[in-house]
Amino acid sequence: MSLKMPEPDAAVLARRDDIVEALRRIVPGEGVISEEAELRPFESDGLTAYRQPPMVVVLPENVTQVSAILRWCHEQGVKVVPRGAGTSLSGGALPLADGVLLGMAKFNRVLDISYDDRIAVVQPGVTNLAITKAVEGAGFYYAPDPSSQIACTIGGNIAENSGGVHCLKYGLTTNNVLGVELVTIEGEVLRLGGRHLDPAGLDLLGVVVGSEGLLGVVTEVTVRILPKPETARAVLVGFPTVESAGQCVAEVIAAGIIPAGMEMMDRPAIHAAEAFVKVGYPLDVDALLIVELDGPAAECDYLIEEVARIASVNGAVSLRVSNDDDERLAFWAGRKAAFPAVGRIAPDYYCMDGTIPRRHLPEVLRRMALLSEQYGLGVANVFHAGDGNLHPLILYDAHKPGDIERAEDFGNDILRLCVEMGGVLTGEHGVGVEKRDLMPVMFSQADLDHQQRVKCAFDPQLLLNPGKVFPTLHRCAELGRMHVHGGALPFPDLPRF
Amino acid sequence: MVAHKPSSVDQLVELIATASAEGTKLELRGGGSKAPIGADREAQIVDMRGFSGVVDYDPPELVLTVRAGTPLADVQKLVESQDQMLAFEPFDHGPLLGKPTGQATIGGVVAAGVAGSGRLTAGSARDHLLGFTAVSGRAERFVGGGKVVKNVTGYDLPKLVAASWGRLIAVTELTLKVLPRPRVTSTMAIEGLGHHQAQAAMAVAMGSAAEVGATAHLPAFDGRPALTLFRIQGFSPSVAARCAALPGIVGAHGRAMALPEDEAAAHWIAVRDVAPLASAATLWRINLPPTGGPRLVDRLAPLGACWLFDWAGGLVWLGFDGAPALVRLAAETEGGHAMLMRSPDGIRNSVPMQHPRAPGVAALEARVRRAFDPAGVFETGRFLDMPDAH
Repeated sequence: MSLKMPEPDAAVLARRDDIVEALRRIVPGEGVISEEAELRPFESDGLTAYRQPPMVVVLPENVTQVSAILRWCHEQGVKVVPRGAGTSLSGGALPLADGVLLGMAKFNRVLDISYDDRIAVVQPGVTNLAITKAVEGAGFYYAPDPSSQIACTIGGNIAENSGGVHCLKYGLTTNNVLGVELVTIEGEVLRLGGRHLDPAGLDLLGVVVGSEGLLGVVTEVTVRILPKPETARAVLVGFPTVESAGQCVAEVIAAGIIPAGMEMMDRPAIHAAEAFVKVGYPLDVDALLIVELDGPAAECDYLIEEVARIASVNGAVSLRVSNDDDERLAFWAGRKAAFPAVGRIAPDYYCMDGTIPRRHLPEVLRRMALLSEQYGLGVANVFHAGDGNLHPLILYDAHKPGDIERAEDFGNDILRLCVEMGGVLTGEHGVGVEKRDLMPVMFSQADLDHQQRVKCAFDPQLLLNPGKVFPTLHRCAELGRMHVHGGALPFPDLPRF
Repeated sequence: MVAHKPSSVDQLVELIATASAEGTKLELRGGGSKAPIGADREAQIVDMRGFSGVVDYDPPELVLTVRAGTPLADVQKLVESQDQMLAFEPFDHGPLLGKPTGQATIGGVVAAGVAGSGRLTAGSARDHLLGFTAVSGRAERFVGGGKVVKNVTGYDLPKLVAASWGRLIAVTELTLKVLPRPRVTSTMAIEGLGHHQAQAAMAVAMGSAAEVGATAHLPAFDGRPALTLFRIQGFSPSVAARCAALPGIVGAHGRAMALPEDEAAAHWIAVRDVAPLASAATLWRINLPPTGGPRLVDRLAPLGACWLFDWAGGLVWLGFDGAPALVRLAAETEGGHAMLMRSPDGIRNSVPMQHPRAPGVAALEARVRRAFDPAGVFETGRFLDMPDAH
């Protein structure tokens, strides 16, 4: 694809053997991987269109090693790319040819659980689902549930501020994390937040979450855990038009209902999913809505009726209410299999992730259909309808010359359209390398400079995960320049870092 | 003292550029309801109430964009008119700090990271600030975040800006997430619990399927017995079912009874305004893990501290005229931190209002502040945490 990563530093590449040697002194044994064949598995993440084997992989086991690795790389001017499970859909963990790939997989222990404080303390390599598994016996769970939750790690979730189908009601990662232990690029071990709500000073944790591995490496995480809702029920509704489905969503929210999940699929996605899992989705509708309610049985029973009533008023042509958990899961089966289902109708697909104000959905889908014609590529849409987060799946064939580039251009046009409508480039997958060059569509240079100065406060040499998020890497000294009045910087006595 | 009241972004840019050039300090202020918090400072006041009014409110999208100096009461009235709310329950600190009510602005409550009793389940200002427009200490206009409820594009600067107390940037416009207002609110209470038992009862309730939205504990006061409060909100059938379930859930600790609506509302206001501690000259706000609350009370109550619990024990309001170092040590021992909210001038001007951070974190915070405000235009001395402060 057309992506440009920072030019590898020839001087660093020339020192590769020394770098491997130095890492082996910090992490003895099999924790350093340098054989070319063994580096291959690390060459990409969930965004497989981009591949680059790292210079070397290091898999530390404890915070002392992480600190020593980062300190050494900082002193030596060597770039570092942190990696959890490598499930990023935006290339957040894409390695660098002249960079150390710092894998956190060995940090896989649950350290402490307090049900009275409703927290779990875990290492960053613990998977999202494993946190729930560790506490479900006591009736608790960890709320954010990205679709990759069986594989993705909590450390990666923090880097990406991951969401999931339940985040309208329960929030993203940032709303469910209380504290982290963070190692800076200088090797300093800091504690941000703790087991309590709200920090004493600046909310540094708040900016670390979602920083895509550019600010530090997380070595311990304290998350909030919640009591598992007593019941969950879902309603599956077919609509003749996207407009009527969208109106139904707006009226559900206007009725004061925040469903646990509210998902929409368009006609191509419905057909692909039904062909794949055969759960009885209606095929004669333009939009399918799954609305899930959770909570006490009395609440679910009441709200399911409300939602069904609102759906009928808005012209639903088919409506099923789940009567037991098997039926509820069947409703979800098609939605949850939507990506692989689309994978069956086209050799390749490219998943986008913009957010729009919901009211613009019909127009966005209309214009997307025009773009689809223009590029000659199909598109299927799944949509976190409650919060306006759209996942268009662009269908293409990587073996067809020019198809990848067309898919990429099509995707970029969709994201530009999202921003034009008042939305954003990414709702939950992150910027990574994928949307990096589109950042100026949403942010001015001044906006980006203010963000990048935060990066400079954490990592002034720009050694952590460079080439991600920011379209251009300004040197920090350049960004730090002040407009100087009268030939002197004001406040010469103030410390500057 | 010089005061400015800019009403356009251009004026604000000019003001900050001039202050930066002349070495003047600027204190960003809304209604000044929280001005008594922190040390005395020599700064020119920038009254942000010139930035007032609603920019865009789209109830079905759950998004409100409003100028920073808009009175909090106006914002609350507006969202209530659409059966919505600011779920972080921002409130006016006037009553707590001897100031008139009704002065708080939306920008001020966000800058102070205010949250009400529902913090545990509904989040704080940080969790509801989606985006902003601002002028930084560089006298540059910029935006952070977005105007939709789900967004991970770029750094989450709104998190950094909420509770930054006006030390990073001058926010002119805020985009907030709003939520539907609960249709029904009920409060149940157990009378007469000691602080350990109260915390245990609150923990059991919060860990149950009763979906308690807020829980607080008021010790015995003025002839009234101790009260452990549980707030349950939502749709009527749900609230009824959960209220029916709660007595069984907390039964091992005491008998939970429904409170009349008026009486309950008065108790929650007392918790919010820390009314039982009104006579305490020095008032601390302590964030800690909920199980640490009773232990902190064990340590400080024998020395004369009075207190109440909010957030299931995770927020302790403490009235204590003894040595500030004792409070900070007790908070730290329990893994928390203590903010000095109200105190005689001697203490206020010598003890930092925010709990001192570990040196590495303090240095990083300072670097982040300099990133937005390189000349220290917004460093007024209020926080007593600059290297030259002592």
